[in-house]
Amino acid sequence: MSHRTESPVGAPAPTGTTPAPPPRRGPGFWTIRRRDQLAGYLFVAPQLAGTIVFVLVPLALVFWYSLHEWNVLSGTFTFTGTDNYRALAEDPKLPGVLRATAFFSIGLVVTNLALALLLAVLLNQKLRGTVLFRTLFFSPVVVSLVAWTIVWGVLLQDNGGINGLLRTAGVHGPNWLRGDVTAMASVIAVQLVKNVGLNMVLFLAALQGVPHDLYEAARLDGAGRWRQFRSVTLPMISPTVLLTSIITVVGSLQVFAQIAVLTQGGPGTSTTVLLYYLYQQAFPFHHFGYGATISVLLFAIVLVLTVVQWQLRRKWVFHEQS
Amino acid sequence: MSSPETVPPLRKDRLGGLPLRLKLTVYGVLMVLAVPFIFPTWWMITSSFKPGNTVFSYPPQLWPSDATLAGYRQAFTLQPFAQQYFNSMYIAILVTIGTLAVSSLAGYGFARIRFRGQNALFLVVLTGLLIPSEVTIVPLYRMFASWDMVDTHWPLILVPTFGAPSVLATFIMRQFFITLPGELEDAGRVDGLGRFALFWRIALPLSRPALGAVAIFTFLHSWNLYLEPIVYLSTRSKFTLPQALTQFTDAYGGPLWNVQLSAASLTVIPVLVLFVIAQRQFIEGLAHTGLKG
Repeated sequence: MSHRTESPVGAPAPTGTTPAPPPRRGPGFWTIRRRDQLAGYLFVAPQLAGTIVFVLVPLALVFWYSLHEWNVLSGTFTFTGTDNYRALAEDPKLPGVLRATAFFSIGLVVTNLALALLLAVLLNQKLRGTVLFRTLFFSPVVVSLVAWTIVWGVLLQDNGGINGLLRTAGVHGPNWLRGDVTAMASVIAVQLVKNVGLNMVLFLAALQGVPHDLYEAARLDGAGRWRQFRSVTLPMISPTVLLTSIITVVGSLQVFAQIAVLTQGGPGTSTTVLLYYLYQQAFPFHHFGYGATISVLLFAIVLVLTVVQWQLRRKWVFHEQS
Repeated sequence: MSSPETVPPLRKDRLGGLPLRLKLTVYGVLMVLAVPFIFPTWWMITSSFKPGNTVFSYPPQLWPSDATLAGYRQAFTLQPFAQQYFNSMYIAILVTIGTLAVSSLAGYGFARIRFRGQNALFLVVLTGLLIPSEVTIVPLYRMFASWDMVDTHWPLILVPTFGAPSVLATFIMRQFFITLPGELEDAGRVDGLGRFALFWRIALPLSRPALGAVAIFTFLHSWNLYLEPIVYLSTRSKFTLPQALTQFTDAYGGPLWNVQLSAASLTVIPVLVLFVIAQRQFIEGLAHTGLKG
């Protein structure tokens, strides 16, 4: 899949195989080859400039700011070395924030992958109406995120729709968004239902790519459905499992609107994930230096997770080929 | 591979699918699982027609008993909602067009043109995949402040079009352009086409599925942005929809639920209708070109 990254394949060799057409266009300096070089730079220039201005320079600035005490209101910007980092390490809220971040990410990834795979397997059966169900399960993906969150916010109120329905069934539901555990579970569930459709269709595509004769061979060997799933399906779709887990983990660290609308990080810090804490410190409180320090931590986590998962992926792809 | 004896059972399995009992179980499970996916949208649309005081009434009304348009009317009187709608719409359209241009050019350049330093430059661009734009929100805010662009729509347009979000699009476009057969371009070259013409007249028309997938997720990404608008924008008439939705409150800051739900319905229904009409392109485009890595 991605090993092609190293070598630009398919670019027609400008010299060599075909002799350059004799009537050279333009002045002598602008050979086809030189023109092509220039074209290459021009084609990638907007994206390259954008990456530098809006990704790399800000990243460098994050590190720079994190070494400063910055008070916007009084207009001071003083170099304080690693003070912010020390403050972060001793921040009494940090353990709770990290715990919430870990619970949220792990909870989301596990439930998301499991449900996506279950739905994909169910929809991969030869049944009537699977397209309808696929559309239904995918539909929250296209629903505006904040609208979706607001609706769940209404449903999850103490006197909201969910507890109302539970009451008609004779169950007394908790005040979902006000208890530590139920608030976290609610936030995970809202995000899960919103986006599981994406992973579901990726899994569906992967399932449809498993060659049929593998199942036939397994069946000849007497493997039942469950055994076929474990020994044929899972290994064959493992690259997709890894890809979706990378997307989901990194995506879970970028979740913001759901927290801001549903719980504002509460109760206490039980749903204050790292990005929400960063926002709280940097914007309402105007602690830009400290906010930048939290950004560095967030960046480090994203980086480590991505690198680890890509390492795993390399191993997995290797297994696939051997 | 398959010996004659095995043909009948395989046949049966292919045509008939699952045994009936299993089939019913699958339908049952699917229907139960579908509830949380459909119910919120149903609840949102029906509740948007309820008078404010019945959103929380018990027993819950699955259908509004006395439907009213009050919520919708208030949505437009409490805030410049039409203006906010327009803001979200034009920003998302500009970002989508801009991203398509930037990412298809760069994707083509990295995939099909050979130039010095190409691989190094590609790595530079790929860093955008590692660094979510949320991580750099503080310096981005300061940058736009120093350019006098805070409380304008520029940050919401420029960063997604040129920054980290468009890098994923560039990556997808590059993966797609790599798979195009080189003979097509050779033929174009013989006809005397220059680089841009090869890109515009040969490669781009062939890449519709990838462009479609990129367009869909770019539009949705812009349409859903929440952190950025609340960081950059402070004037009500400049708000985008996600930001506006949470601002329908009474004089004491308590949310006006039915108004929020009416406004939310207005933001959801057009996209949902588009999706239902074009669901195949949506889903299959995303599945097949979107994220194959």
